[in-house]
Amino acid sequence: MRILLTLALWMIAWLLWSGLYKPLLITLGVISCLLVLVLTRRMGNAGQEYFSLRLTFKLVPFWTWLFGELVKANLQVTRIILSPSLPISPTVVRIDALEEEIGGQALLANSITLTPGTVTIDDHDARLFVHCLTQEGADEVREGEMNRRIARLNDR
Amino acid sequence: MAVTLDVLSWILLLLGGGFVLVGGIGVIRMPDLYTRMHAASLTDTLGTLCILGGIGLQAGLTLASIKLAAIAIFLLLTGPTATYALANAALMSGVMPRDAELPEDLDP
Repeated sequence: MRILLTLALWMIAWLLWSGLYKPLLITLGVISCLLVLVLTRRMGNAGQEYFSLRLTFKLVPFWTWLFGELVKANLQVTRIILSPSLPISPTVVRIDALEEEIGGQALLANSITLTPGTVTIDDHDARLFVHCLTQEGADEVREGEMNRRIARLNDR
Repeated sequence: MAVTLDVLSWILLLLGGGFVLVGGIGVIRMPDLYTRMHAASLTDTLGTLCILGGIGLQAGLTLASIKLAAIAIFLLLTGPTATYALANAALMSGVMPRDAELPEDLDP
């Protein structure tokens, strides 16, 4: 029953996105929906328990903050790339995620990677290794502003 | 009004193109895989966002711009995941960051 409901929702989403009602496209839509169903089954419905509306609303201020950081980091990396001396000092730092839930840790790792100048290269048991383009970037990661903000997302 | 929107959208498109160009230059200039990934993430983030924003301004408040917003969100979610997969695969197969300061417990 739940499967049929999910399939119906996906099919509606497909029709809304495409806006074309030709037999070929509808057939492709049905095939896509079935394929997604098979794939999510294979993944053991991974991530289902991490999706909650409460968290989604809290993500909005976090994303706003993250966007500001993104712009700053983009300009920094742009300056580094365009300076003739290429002033980089690659550093790998280890940080421990304050967030306990695995979904939040993934969010932390992805947010770090999304910001230019820092890439998470290993994330295991709340232990993250982050490759930073410069020493200053590494200090900022160690200081842990992002880590704290994500840990606070789950507080009520 | 239409002219203002046009100018704004062109500024965004040019900025986006600029970031993509700088990202490309960075990929060539950087010394190893990990530092190159930092340069490539310029293309991923502000490059993409500015270009999508510029196209969105051209489209106005239509279904097309909602789709563009959805594309932006999907890219921002999947981009870092793919980057992580690449970086972690490199680390697991023993590629160490070159000329970098490493913590002593980094053990792939």
